[in-house]
Amino acid sequence: MTTEELKIKITELLPSAAFEEGGEWLTVNIGSADWLSFAKQLRNEGSLFFDYLFCLTCIDWKTHLTMVYHLTSTLYRHNIVIKAKLNRDKPEIETVSNIWKTAEFHERESYEMFGVNFLNHPDLRLLILPDGWEGKNPMRKDFEDPVNMIKL
Amino acid sequence: MYRQTEIIKDSSEVSPGGGDLEEGGGAEFVINVGPQHPATHGVLHLVITLNGETIKKVEPHLGFIHRSIEKMCESLTYRQFIYVTSRMDYLSSHINNHGCALCVEKGLQVEIPPRAQVIRVIMDELTRIASHELWWGAMAMDLGAFTPFFHAFRERETINDIMEETCGARLTMNYMVPGGVMADIHPNFQKRVKDFIILFKSKVDEYDELVTGNVIFRNRMKGVGFLSKEDAISYGCTGPTARGSTASCDIRKLYPYEVYDKVEFEEILETGCDSFARYMVRIRELRQSIKIIEQLIDNIPEGDFQAKTKAVLKLPKGEFYSRVETARGEFGVYIVSEGGATPYRIRFRSPGFSNLSALDHMIRGGKIGDLIAAMGTLDLVIPDIDR
Repeated sequence: MTTEELKIKITELLPSAAFEEGGEWLTVNIGSADWLSFAKQLRNEGSLFFDYLFCLTCIDWKTHLTMVYHLTSTLYRHNIVIKAKLNRDKPEIETVSNIWKTAEFHERESYEMFGVNFLNHPDLRLLILPDGWEGKNPMRKDFEDPVNMIKL
Repeated sequence: MYRQTEIIKDSSEVSPGGGDLEEGGGAEFVINVGPQHPATHGVLHLVITLNGETIKKVEPHLGFIHRSIEKMCESLTYRQFIYVTSRMDYLSSHINNHGCALCVEKGLQVEIPPRAQVIRVIMDELTRIASHELWWGAMAMDLGAFTPFFHAFRERETINDIMEETCGARLTMNYMVPGGVMADIHPNFQKRVKDFIILFKSKVDEYDELVTGNVIFRNRMKGVGFLSKEDAISYGCTGPTARGSTASCDIRKLYPYEVYDKVEFEEILETGCDSFARYMVRIRELRQSIKIIEQLIDNIPEGDFQAKTKAVLKLPKGEFYSRVETARGEFGVYIVSEGGATPYRIRFRSPGFSNLSALDHMIRGGKIGDLIAAMGTLDLVIPDIDR
């Protein structure tokens, strides 16, 4: 599908979706509450078939967090970027690890680095950081570590 | 975290005969592989739950070599951050640099001189050969064959020497910069690469004779670590790992960059979905890489090796994503720019991280001995996973 066709289809599925201009791929802003049902539609709808989640990450905007999902379809080769805004004090979003299995590891990474709580995640534990790290999220903008000097 | 080998006895699972250790018996072992284990090729810690010899669960514990490269890059300029990325997948450092340079160029909208494009592709393919050779030698060693390692390293040294002459480095190249390549190729470069091609062609056949046709090797690889096409895509596997499961994912073909759309090569797909299929993909890829280099080495256009760029690079506000094919799979660079001289957020989508996540699924229900064979064909580079 071309970007225009995708736009029409997405608006049909989720009328509240807001499109963002300027990116290389179609970028859709959604509410975090809509994510799980929307993700299922993206994956299972025959004409969309986004079966490959190639990048899952989070951005700290100081006022809020944004989850970013890059999806592609291995059948039609179209790409889409989904963004969901989260509350910085209590970031919560549904897990998609049962839709795209790769999300399980990537969500664990976002959990420890940004403190995003993925609801219904099968195994939400620290992955990269050492045991007992809980509470501090190194990839957040306000994280300082004078001992290890991550900031060069 | 499990500090040492221990036995967990779950009363509900203990069979009437008590904790006999045969398959189907009651006792469950938890053993550690790593963090210091030769077969993990770095500091990877696997906690394996066993029932007898059968694997019930494999749980990777990462982070032993985590340096928070993404955070580090937030305080480095667009010229500086590329040097850090050589330290991620150190066996594909050229290709990592390439991906980052492409992303910055996308933001700056600079045209790369044709000479630089061709040099970049040749370097990428030489890197791929060097990386696959190391993998081949190390994997054979994991399975108990010591000789292939020396054979592989003999040819790999030649590539390293060629690299050293042009880039000044043997491992962390830092040769690709936004706008082109850092320096022109060494006058000997073309001749040495051509000599290498002649030498290498006969050696690949030797590799086949040594390992590929070996009965013991085949028996250990075939049917081990099964990964279906759907699972490979769902787990985000890329590179030879996915292509061994017939999932077409070669970025060089699907989203061509530089001159990949002008050279002839095949995307290697294997239908076996097992460790042997993944092995064959890499071996066949060696020949494809040679084919690409052969087409380009005599046709390096004259001209500049670097486009003119400003001393301080500033990307416009926005988001940029570039993807390249490393020796291990799809490497993605995602830059979020606020318009300054440093990125606001940078994300590296490393192929090894996703490939590793499929390990538990691949090996569950298999034997402990097969774990090493399956893990070997994932071609894990730990700094690439931990970043």
